[in-house]
Order: sequence, then structure tokens, then C-alpha cells
Amino acid sequence: MNRPHPETAAGPAALRTILRRQLPLVATALIFAALFGTAGFLYDGFFSVRVATGLLADNAFLGITAVGMTLVIFSGGIDLSVGAVIGFTSIFTATLVEKHGVAPGVAWLAALALGAALGAGMGALIHCFTLPPFLITLAGMFLARGVGFWINQESVGITHPVYERISGFELDVGRAFFTANALIFVAVIVAGYVVAHHTRFGRNLLAIGGNEQSALLMGLPIGAAKIGVYAVNGFCAALAGIVATFYTGSGNPSMGVGLELDSIAIVVIGGTLLTGGRGHMLGTFLGVLIFGTIQAAILFDGRLSAWWMRIVVGALLLVFILLQRFFLRKKR
Amino acid sequence: MNPALLELRGIGKKFPGVVALAGVDFTVRAGETHALLGENGAGKSTLIKVLTGVHPADAGEIRLDGRVIRPDSPREAEELGISTVYQEVNLVPSLSVAENITLGRQPGRAGFLNWRAIRRRARTALARLEIECDVDAELGSLSVALQQMVAIARALDTAAKLLVLDEPTASLDEREVAELFAVMRKLRGDGLGIVFVTHFLDQVYAVTDRLTVLRNGQLVGEFATAELSRLDLVGRMLGREVTAADFSPGKPAERAAREQPVLVARGLARAGAIAPTDLALHAGEVAGLGGLLGSGRTETARLLFGIDTADAGVFEVQGRPAAIHSPRDAIRLGLAFCSEDRKAEGILPNLSVRENLLVALQGKRGALRALARAEQAQLCDHYIRALRIKTADAETPVKNLSGGNQQKVLLARWLATQPAVIILDEPTRGIDVGAKQEIEQLVAKLRDDGLAVLFISSEIDEVVRNCSRVLVLRERRLTGEVSGDGLTSENLMHLMAGTHEG
Amino acid sequence: MKARAPVFWPLVGLAALVLLNAVFEPGFLKVTVLNGHLFGVPMDILTQGSRTMLVALGMTLVIATGGVDLSVGSVMAVAGAVSAVMLQGGHGLALALAAAVGAGVLAGGANGTLVARLGVQPIVATLILMVAGRGVAELIVGGQVIIIAHDRFEYLANGFLLGLPFAPLLVGACYLATHLLLRRTALGLFVEAVGDNETASRFAGLAAARIKAFAYIFCGGCAGLAGVLAAANIRAADAYRAGENAELDAIFAVVVGGTALSGGRFTVLGSAVGALLIQTLTTTMYNLGVPPAVAPVPKALLIIGVTLLQSDKVGRWLGGLRRRAAA
Repeated sequence: MNRPHPETAAGPAALRTILRRQLPLVATALIFAALFGTAGFLYDGFFSVRVATGLLADNAFLGITAVGMTLVIFSGGIDLSVGAVIGFTSIFTATLVEKHGVAPGVAWLAALALGAALGAGMGALIHCFTLPPFLITLAGMFLARGVGFWINQESVGITHPVYERISGFELDVGRAFFTANALIFVAVIVAGYVVAHHTRFGRNLLAIGGNEQSALLMGLPIGAAKIGVYAVNGFCAALAGIVATFYTGSGNPSMGVGLELDSIAIVVIGGTLLTGGRGHMLGTFLGVLIFGTIQAAILFDGRLSAWWMRIVVGALLLVFILLQRFFLRKKR
Repeated sequence: MNPALLELRGIGKKFPGVVALAGVDFTVRAGETHALLGENGAGKSTLIKVLTGVHPADAGEIRLDGRVIRPDSPREAEELGISTVYQEVNLVPSLSVAENITLGRQPGRAGFLNWRAIRRRARTALARLEIECDVDAELGSLSVALQQMVAIARALDTAAKLLVLDEPTASLDEREVAELFAVMRKLRGDGLGIVFVTHFLDQVYAVTDRLTVLRNGQLVGEFATAELSRLDLVGRMLGREVTAADFSPGKPAERAAREQPVLVARGLARAGAIAPTDLALHAGEVAGLGGLLGSGRTETARLLFGIDTADAGVFEVQGRPAAIHSPRDAIRLGLAFCSEDRKAEGILPNLSVRENLLVALQGKRGALRALARAEQAQLCDHYIRALRIKTADAETPVKNLSGGNQQKVLLARWLATQPAVIILDEPTRGIDVGAKQEIEQLVAKLRDDGLAVLFISSEIDEVVRNCSRVLVLRERRLTGEVSGDGLTSENLMHLMAGTHEG
Repeated sequence: MKARAPVFWPLVGLAALVLLNAVFEPGFLKVTVLNGHLFGVPMDILTQGSRTMLVALGMTLVIATGGVDLSVGSVMAVAGAVSAVMLQGGHGLALALAAAVGAGVLAGGANGTLVARLGVQPIVATLILMVAGRGVAELIVGGQVIIIAHDRFEYLANGFLLGLPFAPLLVGACYLATHLLLRRTALGLFVEAVGDNETASRFAGLAAARIKAFAYIFCGGCAGLAGVLAAANIRAADAYRAGENAELDAIFAVVVGGTALSGGRFTVLGSAVGALLIQTLTTTMYNLGVPPAVAPVPKALLIIGVTLLQSDKVGRWLGGLRRRAAA
């Protein structure tokens, strides 16, 4: 005979339990709704399809890095090199295409491979020698940024026809126009979601971040997972760099300065625990939208200066970190 | 008798500087619950680690179902059919029940997971334990007892033939223990072999068929539970001959018309640590706190010193009510505590002997009233000589000293604060014989100097030798006290075994 | 055999770097006297490196407690902004300085509360100010770069005292004061104890939370003063670029200087040497014609090398090599 435990009975209370379990996600969704609603109320024309799709396009490369960063943070790590990799990738591909006549496809493949290789290298150092991730990826950031500037100090405009075609591309769905960047971003988010929630690799990452000792005893492949996630993140950062070149039409070694912080902030605001083991890719998507909404609102307002962004993001970070702290304490 | 499921023969395991196991045999039959018992240093955990692939054995062989196996990782042991559930429930609390049960082996195709199949497998595994619970619930939100059930379910999901339960009842209440036993009986009926590692003797007698006792890395013997008396069991665990003598408390020693006790604790209790306990320590006396491993001795000490907060109970220091909420409070009231875990809770490994020695005294004085260099040198010299601490000089990092000398440094640390009460938790553990004697002499000197000493130890001889009266804890409650004529090893064993209760 | 002081290797590194420079560039070590002031590359290194030395001073204490402070760069920007606005508003130099350093102390207090009282991980806690700090700085200066035309203020960074550049003297005085504070009182011992084994230090009766909070407050104050020096150096408060990479340089200086990231024993002198080493490295790159934006590359390689050497695995491997060589 089965003995159900009241604290865990499924059934009619399902909606309430889902809400309780996914509290951070729900909080993030509510905040996004509140922000977008407030902005729509305050600013004429904010509540439009154009603004909504603009959110996706304008924050595409930031969002792509956030997807990779989410996976890294799932496993309890952190990667401070993503902004620098974006800068490196943009000048690298631009220089190859413009100054050396390399076919864009080849340049992109090379850039993606390099991004993944840098990530794998950092991951190997972090795992095999038990070195602190923030320090190693910091070094990686210096490396990537420096090599980027070494390739070319100035930005390089891209005039290749393939780029022009991509920049001009638009997919019409009803009244909405999706640019190539927006579509790539959506594709990456979907891929990120599938990896995080429907593959062993993704679940292993969460297990490692949740309790590495347990993961080890459970026989999970820790080394492969850790090195793999940094490689994947490097790939995402490189992809983001390519998307950035579509967005600006040029390669610039100083692109993405400070972007890693925004990326991390987005992941935390999305409800993922910075110490690892807990989070949802959908939360990261909402975090990107929140970030984009604030930025768009500031632009719309015209009175607020751009640096208010920093303060608001910092304040949101504080709120979510404290929330996470109390959420955890209650669980104990 | 059922056929042997697991046979360990002649297992040996050495670590640098210590022989953990030597010539140990261990047999478990299918459909049997077998207890593995032993005091500290017996080798229980090493044997389990060898069995579950964490450490390879240096000598001997393991046979499962007649086949020789040599698991060299937990994963391999699991694949062979040996599953372990640890005391700290080594699962991932932030993931769901279903995920934890299937992690690493999730059903799926081409790398993609099949969540419906995952949930189904989890429910099936839990159903085998006759437990129903929401498989999507987050593991960390469940009670420890339920988390353990999930761990067992995971073990079963791997088609385990042998289930090892390592101290599973430590954090469970009575009802939860009963539920666990029901599950264990059902699994035993299914033909599983269960290894039950515990120090709760009552539970051994409640649920096991056979038991194996280890001591100092060697096999003492294997017995049918029903055929071994409690007193006999305790005797074998402690390596002592047991006479037929009954418990005879005798006459307590004369005590001078009482000065008031230095420290009194009344009704001291904490859930999962100890039941309400009364305790009184007097100046110039060495009181002992004895009991088997897990009886609550260290927990009591931690409550007295303010490391853990008591759920109930009051303190009195020098006759006046006192509040002890932190080590700082305790130190200010004149208490001192030498922890049993030198490495994690005692030494500051990279700091010098001098700094380790003076840190508590300095902490008492505060940051601004630093001890002058000359005074520091003088104090260090004094204690290094008085306690005969063997060190190249006072600046040597304390991690370079031997265990015995580290212990002396810690002792000196506390003596430097000139406490009225000092609690020593296993002060001679992991120390060579010569240093042991020195420490015992020191304890006597402390007593003569007028300190109140609480001496906690699992070695019966030591306790009898050094103390004038001994309180005995059994399964987290105070079970009795002996002193004077009644302070004999036999009586102590009776108290530990619970056979004094008629 | 007595162990070498941990500051030995960074000093060797610094000496080697200086030697390398002196060999390839004859004028490297030349010091000239002009208007009664000393000039030369060594002076430049000392002056330019003084800000990193100051931030590294505070960072040493935080790292010694087992934590890290990523917000120092942003705090520098805030402090520079505060001092500029105060001076612009006509307040006296002393008040402006007090307010700027006070802002740093306040930031440190916030970090300390998050880490020590609320138990938030140091990287996470200090990330908040790292993100928000520059926004606050921009808010204070109203989005402009404020020019500071104040002779005595500029003197802090660019002036000379008795022929020597003032900034390094000021920082040197800070180091001396800190050394006295930490070693004449028991604070240094307490910090090392907490970093070495926090549980054991708690059991020994130390107020671990208070000590950790103190470390962050001290670090914030150092960053505040460094922000003042940075603003004085360029005679302006540039909220966007002030303190750029300051946290990275400071952490590198501390680690290269011999204090382990895991906490415990620390060496303030080592951090100074580490900061000078990094500054010399930067100058070397400049002399070699390496564009300044590329200069971080050798920094990155250096930090990877040093952390590898400090790691347990490599330490054991090297120890094994040494034993086999001796056998």
C-alpha cells in the first residue's frame, strides 16, 4: 500500500506548488511585466510590436552571451572573458574579410573555433589544476582583448556583400519584422533551453553546480562537463561577436568592454543562482528582456542619461541577490 | 542460510603513516541485513570506501555473487550492483526527486532526455519502497528522512544487489527510523543484501540479522545478532574482556561539603543532539563524559561552549545565571574548549606556534591591547617548556608539528587564557603513547591547580584512570553516573550498553 | 632550513625585469635632477604605480580574509567624482578629501555587510557595486567630465616633496601606517587567523564577522584615496574611465606579491612589489613599442603562471621533483 507524504502530494495544489517552486522565475516574469507595462504607460509608442522586436534585435549579442553564461553559472563557474572575446572576434573576422579577402563563412568558422578553443583552454586550467574560475577567465579576458588590439588598433568597417545582405534581412511575421540578429538570438535561446533542460550535459551542469561532491559520487563526468561548458560559452561569445559585426557593420577591438558584467547581471536577474545548481534558461531570456526594456525606456525618455542603466542594473542585482539569499535560508 | 552475496577476504589498506585495515573478512548474504560496527579508528569507513570503489584495497579480494570484482570508482561499483546511501545524502538538493533518482542514467534518445520516462522510472523506484511522493518536488525541500528514501530509490534504480546504508539514522526521529526499518525489511524480503553501518546499538538489535565488529583495523568477529548480548557486543567493540559481574554502582567517593559548582547546566537540550541533560562541574575535579561513538558527547560539549545554540536549558557560572550564545561568551565567562577535530576546528595551520598559542588570549584582550613582543616570547617559552612541546622554535608553522605537539599547542592556547573550566574532547586521539602520558599528567596538574576539567573520551581505560566521576551518555541521553568505588570499566560498559537498566 | 620570505620571488621577478630593461635600454635607470626634482623612468614607475599600490594595499587585507573586492575600480570613480564636485562647490581641500575617502569607506561598509553579516559570496556581493558604482559616479558628476583646477589637489598626484614625487611618498606613508596598525595591534594576527581557518578562529573566540567587515571597509577607504589620486593625476574626474582595470591590477599585484588567494598569511610589502612589478611590465611593454591596449597580454600570462605555481597540484609535483633531485 502506498503512503503519500502530504508535503509532496501532487494534484489540485499543482498550480500553487509550481508557483512556489519556480518563485524566482515568477518574480522575474512579474518584474518584466511591470517594467514593460510602466514604460508603456509612461511613454507614447512604447507598447508597440516594433519596440518588442527591437528588444530582441538590439540585445541579440548580449543575449547570446547570456545564454552561454547561464550554462557556465549553472555549473558553479563564471566567465569574465566574454566581452573581450566579442571584441576579438569582431576585429578578427572583419580583418580577415576586409583586409585579406577571406570568405565570410570561413572567417566565421575560424572565429567560432578559436572562441571554443580559448574556452576549452580556460576550462582545462580551471578543472585540472583547481584554479579559481574568475581569475583564469580574467586572464583570458586580458589575453583576448590584447590580441584583438594587436590585430588592429582601430575599427574596421565591413563592406562585404554577404554582410550587407544579412544586415538588410528581415523576416515578416504579420506586423512584426525580425532581423537576422533577432532570429539568431531566438535560435540560440531555444538551443540553450533545450541543452539546459533536455540533455544530460545540461542536467549534469546543474548537478555539478548544486553539489560537486555528490555529482562526483554519483559518477557524473565532471571534467568533460566543466571543460565542455567553457568551450560552449566561448563558442557563444564568438557567435555574439559575429552578430555584433552584423549589428554595427564593422569590427572593433574595443567592442564589448564591460559586457561580461551585464551578461552576469542578466543571468542573476533571470533567477539563476550565482553559486550554481539552480536556474532556468527562460529566466535568462526574461532577464535580457528586462535589460532591454530598461535601456529602451531610458532612450525613449530622453531625459535620463545612459548611466542610469548602471545604477538600475546594480539595484536589480542587489534585490535579486538578497532574494536568493533569503530564498535559500528559508529552504534550510 | 542464504548463499553469500558479498565476500571480502583478507582486505588490507594502508595510508601514509597508518594501517587502516589488515586482514579483514566481511560476508553478507542475500536477503540479510548485516550491521558493521566499530568505534573510532576501527576501519568501518575505510572498508566501505574499499567496497564502493572510492579507494582500491592494497590486499585481499572482493567477490560479488561468486565473481571477483575490483571496483575502482563509485560509478563502477554502482554498475556492479553495489549502491551506497551516505549519511549526508549525497544527492543534489536543487534538482527534483525524479532527476536525482535518474541522474547520469536518464532515459533518452540521441542525447535528449525523455522527461516522461524519467518521471515514470522515479515513481517505479519509489513504489518499490512503497512510498509515494511528488517526483517533481525539489529534493532540498523534503525532510532528511524522505531525502534518504530518494537516495535508496536511486540505489534501487541501478538494479542494486547490495545496499550499503552509512549511518542513515543519525538525523531521523523515531517515527522516521521506524519507516526506514520497514523499507529495509521489505528490501531484505526482496533478496537484497543490506549493510547497515551504525553506532546505535538498539537499532542493531531491532533490525539486523548478523553483525560484524571491527577494532583498530582488524576483524574482531562476525556474529548472529540474536546470539550476542549487548554487554558482550560493547566489550568486543572496546576490546575488553567482559566478566559476568553485574552492574554495581557502589559507594560514590567522599566529596568535601560542597563549594558551589563552577559551571551548571540544567535541562540542556537540542533537537538531534541531546535530550535534556543536567551537568555540574566543580573546581579541582576531573569529571568524565563517556559513551560510545555517536552518543552525544561532542554535541554536549559544543552546547556548553556556545558553538551550537541549545533549544532549552539554563546555565549558571560561579552560581550566577549566565547566557552562553557563542564561544566569545563562553571564553569571557572563563570556559575553554579543546575540540576533537584538531585539523578543522583547532589549529591555524599556516600560522606559527607562537600565534596559535596566543590567539585565544589575544582575542580575549581585544585587538588594541596587543601583547608586547617580550611578553609573547615569555609566554611561549613558558608553555613550550611546561608542556614539553617539541618544535624547532616558536615561529615554526604549526602544521609542521606532529599530532601530539599540535595538541599540546592547542592545550597551551587555552591554558594561556587562565580558564576556570576546560573541556577536553578526545585530547589524546591520534597521539603516540609518550605524548599521551604527558597530556594525562597535565590534566592531573590542571586539577591540582583548581580548574574544573571535563574529560571526554571513548577510551574506557583513559576515563577510569583520569576522572573522579564519569557521566555516561547513551544514544543522546544521559544514562547514568558513576564515581568512587563504582568507577570501574565494567560498570561503564554496563552503562554504555544499557544493561544497567535491569 | 628556514623558509624564504614570500616576498623573495616577486622581488627577484622585479629585479630581473629591471635588469632586462636596463640592458636593452641604457637610459632606463637614469635619474636626472631638474628644478630640484628627481625625474626619470624609475620615478615614473613609482608615480604611476602608486595608485595600484594603494588599491593593492586594501585588497591584500580582503584577500587575506579569504575574500575579494571587485568594486574598487568603481569606488575609485565615485571618490574622484565626489572630490571634484566638492572642490567645484567651493569646499576646502580637507573636506573634499574626507568626503571622497568617506565615500570609499561607505562602499566598503556596504560590501562588508553583505559578506560578513548576510553571508553573501564576496564575488557576488562586490559585483553589485562594480556594476552600479560607475553609474553612481556619473550621477554625481552629472554625466560630464569635470575639470579640477586646484593646485593643491593636483599636488597630491603630481607634486614633489623634497625632490621626490609626492604620490609614492603618500602611498608609502599609508603602507607604513597600515603596517603599524596591523602589526602593533593584534589586527594583523586576527586577519590572518580568520583567513587561515575561520572555524578555528571562531572557536578561539575571535569576532570573525567583524574582522571581515573591517577588511572590506579598509579596502574601500584605500580605493577612495586612490580615486582621489587618479583624479588629481589627470586633473579631472572621469567617471567612465577612472579606475579602469584597477581591481584586476590590484588582485594581480596581491597574488604575484605572495599572498595566497585562499587567504591567511599576507604580505603588504609583497603587494607593493607586485604592483611595481606590474607597472614595470607595463612600462617595458611601452618601451618595446607594444601598443598600450595589447600590454595586458603579458599580464595575463604572468597571472596564469603565478596561479599555476601557487596551486596545490603543481606544488606537489614540484615537491616531488625536488625530492627526486635530492635523492
